[in-house]
Parts: sequence; structure tokens; C-alpha cells
Amino acid sequence: MIIIKGIGASPGISIGKAYVLEDEEIVVTRTEIPRERLRTEVARFKAAQKATHRDLDAAEARVLKLLGKKHAKLIDAHRLILRDTLITHDVPKRIMGEGVNAEFALSEALEAVNQQFEKLEDEFFRERRHDLFDVGKRLLAHLLKHTRRSLADIDHPCILISRNLLPSDTINLQESRILGFATDLGGKTSHTAILAQSLEIPAVVGLSDVSRRVKTGDAVILDGEQGLVIISPTAEALAKYEKAQAAEHEAERALESLKGLPAVTLDDKRFRLQVNLDTPEEMKAVLALQSDGIGLFRTEYLFMNRPAAPPEEEQAKAYAGVVKAMSPHSVVIRTADIGGDRLTQMGLEGPKNETNPFMGLRGVRLFLRHLDLFKTQLRAILRATAKGDVKIMVPMVSAVAEVQAVRRLLNQAMAELEAEGVAVPRNVELGIMVEIPSAAVLLDAFVPHCDFFSVGTNDLIQYTLAVDRVNEHVSHLYDPFHPAVLRLIHNVVTVAHRGGKWVSVCGEMTSDPHAVPLLVGLGCDCLSISPRMFLRVKETVRGLRHSVMARLVAKAVTCSDSEEIRRLMREQGL
Amino acid sequence: MIKKALTITPKLGMHARPAGLFVREACRFRSEIFLSKDGNEVNGKSVMQLMLLAAEHGAKVVLRVSGPDEADAMAALEKLFARKFDEE
Repeated sequence: MIIIKGIGASPGISIGKAYVLEDEEIVVTRTEIPRERLRTEVARFKAAQKATHRDLDAAEARVLKLLGKKHAKLIDAHRLILRDTLITHDVPKRIMGEGVNAEFALSEALEAVNQQFEKLEDEFFRERRHDLFDVGKRLLAHLLKHTRRSLADIDHPCILISRNLLPSDTINLQESRILGFATDLGGKTSHTAILAQSLEIPAVVGLSDVSRRVKTGDAVILDGEQGLVIISPTAEALAKYEKAQAAEHEAERALESLKGLPAVTLDDKRFRLQVNLDTPEEMKAVLALQSDGIGLFRTEYLFMNRPAAPPEEEQAKAYAGVVKAMSPHSVVIRTADIGGDRLTQMGLEGPKNETNPFMGLRGVRLFLRHLDLFKTQLRAILRATAKGDVKIMVPMVSAVAEVQAVRRLLNQAMAELEAEGVAVPRNVELGIMVEIPSAAVLLDAFVPHCDFFSVGTNDLIQYTLAVDRVNEHVSHLYDPFHPAVLRLIHNVVTVAHRGGKWVSVCGEMTSDPHAVPLLVGLGCDCLSISPRMFLRVKETVRGLRHSVMARLVAKAVTCSDSEEIRRLMREQGL
Repeated sequence: MIKKALTITPKLGMHARPAGLFVREACRFRSEIFLSKDGNEVNGKSVMQLMLLAAEHGAKVVLRVSGPDEADAMAALEKLFARKFDEE
């Protein structure tokens, strides 16, 4: 048995036979080309470029289908690499200037850039060179008329071992029957690693020489969590990992079996568990979870990357689609939380370069300055009420006057629609995001004006603790367990309940199984969770006793630091 | 010629995707476009060179634009920075 330690790139355990994808170290030889044939050589290179563009189109279509728009942007970046002067200009120049074959000119040009990448100190940026190699290899393959052995040829389940795996290879993994993969090269932030995580394929990278130590057919265990590859495991190790793998599968099955079951605690307290929705593209996955509805439908996507604001008709259609699919469960539509920078992009007057956009013109503040935009969205949302249970939520509220202004505008939109002959229920619930500390502290003043409250934990934490989470110098201070945060949420729940209003929590805290017991203890009526974590949170809720958690929270709100709260939780075995 | 000091806004710095967006925008203009960090200047129309700049989140860079449509080019690229390379 040999154990090799690498970097765990994508969690999970796979056990199986190795399939070693031999390193396609394509041998490029230098050939002198007679002067009169140099133009033909350049033309041959250009043809390879064209063929590679076609490859990328096909890859893009596949990624779009499998993984969505965000990952497809990577292929677009590859297309730009292919159009980079390094390829389009330097390579023909080398062919003509040095009188050499296209393959050699290309590999020299690639090597020159590779050496520049080697010099970078930052590992993340050094890893970016694999994007270049990916494009370079495709080009070389076309020049050499060398058909890259496709992973699709693999016809039995196996663990793939190779020197390196290009992002374009990785996207083929799901279709092929790969249990997991291990590579000599690569880091945790390489695209290959990120894609493996998205595809949920266990992977270990950075193993330096695994591809030489393993032979096709060898028994191999891949531990994506610990970053281990075990070659020819002993019966003992095999048994241990088979047990761990079975436990993993069992846990997955157990989660699956929770679908459709109510989110009740052991002592019969029922919670509404809902899902956060970023774009309607995710609806299929969301519906499969059989949740209690959508607690946060973010509508920002409609306002992104476009020269003008989205028209009412387009919005109405988008909302109606989601509401209808989710019916009879409710959908809380949040009016767009866009920032001032979006305005100029949509051809409107807006602030230039706000120094602190998080505290700038965004959310309800922006919409109350552009009532036309706001009313259009409210009308579109109201029109969706015909399809099911719709609630409206407004972000970034810091003062009661803002809610009153929204209420007036909402009434106006209702009256307009009625005048136009569109039937609209008068009792559409209107709530606010509680994410600014002023709203959490002054909740009693908001109660008469709102039908419900939704605590947005990410911003509430950031504003309460004055911590920018992406600022590495202070990110350690971002702490969901901070007693100040807990007290604020506690105040929101207590005061809202006293006024007969319900409280939802959205934001990352609801997707953290460690924080969920606190939210249960706080007595929040509804948790809105990211789809990926939905079943795991449901499992957590179903394993808790509300009475015990409520007592824990009663103690936690008197704590003076988060470490004390964590200790209280540990004492409860949480 | 116009010059402007800017701060890299994408969370992971100028990796392939934001660099790609920058190049797409830069190539719409006839002006020459350069981006520099720590005195190291690269061609803003080359995605490879932009990545080689290794400009991390928060890095201070200088955008230099020179040519017939330099004002428009500068405005367009500045906007890209302002809207954080559409990362939200």
C-alpha cells in the first residue's frame, strides 16, 4: 500500500480501478521551412486557429447546459486567449522570422509566456497559466492532426489519473463514467478544481508524481477530503474506506428521504423552510427540494448587464413563471437591491464612483429616487399575484418613512392596475429586510407598517460589526455568533411576534448547520436557505428540541462574547 | 493621452473572466490601452498580458489610454471597474 498526499480539491471518497491517462506530452520537433512555403505554414496555423474556435463553441454550449452561464464565461476567456496577439501575432511572426514550422513556433511562444507565469509569486495567478495551456494544447492537436483521446472513450467506471487535467477535460467528466480524479499538477483554486466541486466529483490534485506511480488497473482509493491517494490499499484500509463511503452514501440517502417531510423539531415546533432563489434558471432544482416556498427571490439578475431597465412585461413574465411553479407555496419577491453604479449603466443619472457603495445609494434608497423604476417593478410583481401566493419585500430600509413611501407607491400601483382592469388582491403582504441595525433596534416602530420581517444576516452582521468580509485585514471580525448580532435578531423576533407579525431569516446564517440551532431557539418562523444546503438544514432542525434551544438562546443573549456562546453550544453537543 | 489610477475590484483579482471582460471592452476602441501595476505596463487588449500583471483584489493600477477615442474608451473602462466587472 502506498499513500500519497496531495491537495484535496473536491470532497468525497471514491474507490475503484485506476485509469491512467498517459501524459500527452506532444513531441514537437523543429523543422526548417523553405522560404517559399512559409506563407502556407502561416495559413496552416490560421486554419488550426479556426478549428480551435469551433472546439470552443462546442465546449461553451456544453458548459452552458451543464453548469450555467458563470462557468461558460471561462470558455469565452479561452476564446480571447486564442485571439490574443500572443497567438495571432507572435506565432506567425516566429514562423516567418525564424523560418520554422507552426508547431515549433507555437510551443516556443507558449513557453516564453509560461516562463513569465513561473516568475509570478502569487500562486493563484501562477495557476492561471493552465488556461493558456488548455488553448495551446487544442491548437497543437489541430496542427498535428492529433485527435486528443477523449475521456468519453472510457467505458467502465474508473478513477482517472493523469499528469494534468485541463478545464476542457473536466467538463467531459460527468458524461464519462469517472468516479474521481487525481493529478500531478494543479492547486485548490485551479479551474479544474472548481469545476470538480461543481460537478461533485471527488478530486485530489498537486500529487507531483501520481501519474507515474499508478498503472491502469491498479486498485486505488481517492480521499478528496484529506487529499489522499491510496494505491493498492490493504484489506484493512479498503474496509475502512468502504465503510466511510457507505456512510457518505447513507447520509445522502437520508437527506433525500427528508424531502416532503415537515420541518418540525423533536418537540413538535414547526418551522417554514424556504429557499433563496437567484435566478429562475434554478427553479428545477428548487422544486425538487419540495420546500415550503421561496423566502427570498432576488430580482437583481433582471437588471444586470443591460443598457436599459427591464420593461414591466418582461418582469411580470419572469415573476409569474416562478410564482406559478411554486404555487400553492408562497414566493417572497424582493425588489431589486441594485447599487448606484447600475443606474449609469442603464443610461440614467447616478452617482459616480461611490467611495462606499455598501452604505451608498442602493436598494430602497435608489428606488425611492427613481419612482418610475420602482413602480414598474411593483406593478410587475402585483400582476404575478394572479398566479399564486406573492409577498413583497423591500431591501435596505433604515427609516419608517421609507416603508410609508413604499406603501403609498404600492397603493398607487394597485389603483392603476385596477383602473386598467387588472384584478389585484388588496391584501398583498409587504415586508422589509432587516439588515440595517437601525431597523432591528427600532423594530417596534416598523411593526404597524409591515406585514412581516426578514432578517438579512449577511448585511446585518457587516453593518453591526462594521466589517467588510472581503477585507482580509478585518474579515476575522465577521462573526455570526457575536452576541450583539444575536441580541438584534432576538429583538426583531420578540417585538414582531408581540405585534402579531412573522419573521423570516435569509442570508448565509440559515445555511450554516452550526448557526441554525440558534435561529431555531430564537423562534424565527421561517428560514430561507440556499438550495444546496436545504436538506442538510432540514435534517438539523428535525434533530433539535426547540425548548432546549430557546433556553440556550436565553443564556446566549446575556453572553459578552461569541466564544461564550460557542461554549454553550458545545455543552449541548452542537 | 489620459491616465487614471484605479483599484482592482473583482474578488479574485484580474483572472481570466474579468481580464476577458476588460479586453472585450478595450477592443471596441481604436485607442491604445495600457494597464500598469508597480510600474509594470501591459497591453490592455491582451488577455494573457493582463493576467500576467497578477493584479490582485484591491491592487492599485494605472489605466493609460491614448488615441482618437481616448475619452470614450476611458469612460467605458472606468465603468467596468465601477460596476465591479459584473461580479455580483
